[in-house]
Amino acid sequence: MFEEGSIISQLLVERLNYFIYVVLLLIGLWAMIAKNNLIKKLIGMSIFQTAIILFYVSIGVKEGATIPIYLPEHDPHGSHASAEHNDTTASGPQVLEASKVSGYTNPLPHVLMLTAIVVGVATLGLALSICLRIYRGYGTVEEDDLLLKLEQEDSQNSGGFKKRRPRRRPSSAKAASGATRAASSEKSKSEKTGQGNRRSRSKSPAKKSQSSPASEGKKPARRRPRSKKPKEGDS
Amino acid sequence: MGLELFNTLILSLLVVVAILSLYIRDLVVSAVIFGIYSFLMCLLWAEMGAVDVAFTEATVGAGVSTVVLIATVFNLKRKAKD
Amino acid sequence: MKRVALIVVLLIGLLLAWAARDFPSWGDPHAPASSSPVSSHFISSTGVDTEVPNMVTAVLADYRGFDTMFETVVVFIAGLAVVSILRGGPRRRTRDREFVVDFEPDLIVTNTVRLIVPVIQIFAFYVLAHGHVSPGGGFQGGVAMGASFILIALSWDLKTALARFPLNRCFTVAALGIVIYAGIGLLSMFLGGEFLDYAHLARVFPVSPEMARYHAMLGVEIGVGFTVTAIMFALYASLSTDGRMRDGL
Repeated sequence: MFEEGSIISQLLVERLNYFIYVVLLLIGLWAMIAKNNLIKKLIGMSIFQTAIILFYVSIGVKEGATIPIYLPEHDPHGSHASAEHNDTTASGPQVLEASKVSGYTNPLPHVLMLTAIVVGVATLGLALSICLRIYRGYGTVEEDDLLLKLEQEDSQNSGGFKKRRPRRRPSSAKAASGATRAASSEKSKSEKTGQGNRRSRSKSPAKKSQSSPASEGKKPARRRPRSKKPKEGDS
Repeated sequence: MGLELFNTLILSLLVVVAILSLYIRDLVVSAVIFGIYSFLMCLLWAEMGAVDVAFTEATVGAGVSTVVLIATVFNLKRKAKD
Repeated sequence: MKRVALIVVLLIGLLLAWAARDFPSWGDPHAPASSSPVSSHFISSTGVDTEVPNMVTAVLADYRGFDTMFETVVVFIAGLAVVSILRGGPRRRTRDREFVVDFEPDLIVTNTVRLIVPVIQIFAFYVLAHGHVSPGGGFQGGVAMGASFILIALSWDLKTALARFPLNRCFTVAALGIVIYAGIGLLSMFLGGEFLDYAHLARVFPVSPEMARYHAMLGVEIGVGFTVTAIMFALYASLSTDGRMRDGL
């Protein structure tokens, strides 16, 4: 299995570099999928990006070639280099012939990967700001805790759709009585407006402590004046 | 021959550092090890002849990216669960 | 879920490793990427067309200047998005950080940084301006200059750095960078060429068309440097204080 030209020998001996690039890509990809912490996922994303950039840059490598900056004898401002060459080459810029071209590394992958690196850091900054925002809203950046909290929030929201809110505000009954009369005429209306009315009516008189994401989401409903509710139910 | 050995050594070190950065639970340490990863990449590209890319990775990856990652982790919990 | 992820990743790895057998061997000069006519044209004609020794800068700022302009715009938009995501929204009512970094600026650190930061900024501008001849260019110099401001924020506190480079000035400078870049392109369009065709600037300035491309590349790199400097600092300032801009790191 380890003889010349077989698969293992091809991968591990001749093209070892490409094999390690594949391994780095897999590490980054696995971290993005399987890690629990959001910051670890972002580190995995960065590992993935830099591994791809490494692959791209390495396919432009030429054996025995120098960096893609003109050597002094091919320098376009060739005044100081042509002192010893003034019989064969002209001073000043000229098109490089093909034999000299293979002495320079290919500059095109470098250019594309410069853009990729800078865009990668911009993406990382943006993703980190979203992580901070998630932490501000939910208090955690672990994925399983986040999923639990989102499910709880969803069940609270959807529970408010289906079940009726208990009316236990005797002290604020006067303030709510006008709204109750106006809203009770719309109990037969569609569920959505009924839910909106129930929410806004249940919030405005008393300071009921609902779950904070639900209350945040319903803030615009609070500011609607009461008189608009029948019109809204009719439309 | 020497260059290939150098390449292989740095690449294997890269794999080790990448795995380590994801395995450690303390997020600040993880960010610093990510900085090591960026530096090793920069070295690899400088050896391959991509000097502009190496310069950019040295400033952007090992400079700004690592600092921004640590600055963000200071606002979160420092210990990851896994 | 983790096991499924591992199996999927290993399958993709096998696929990639199978495909890796077809790659050209390391450093082959006759590989398709190395012997393509586009890169050969870039290598051979950069000296004639633009008189810039650094091929990467020439390709980045002249032959593919359109990509670089939109990359600068992407960096600008990312900075805008970070500041706007972190600025608004509800604040945490509980204690904000797990550990509060509370210290006096250290004497040795501040005096050393006081000596070093001007040198860093001069070096950053050197890298930007010398990018035609040596490795460097707009991005590298811009990031180094932005890093000098981050260094000020790290050794004193963020307030000191924000007093020198407040956030609205950051965005003004960043937008100015894009205006410079697009302005040079539009100027060459008004002079009769295409967008970002710098050779037509030779009609206004008393230089040859090749040197016009040389100098326009410098202008374009300065624009890129402005934007990248401002956005790197704005990114750090927003992320380290969670949008509040009050406490330092």
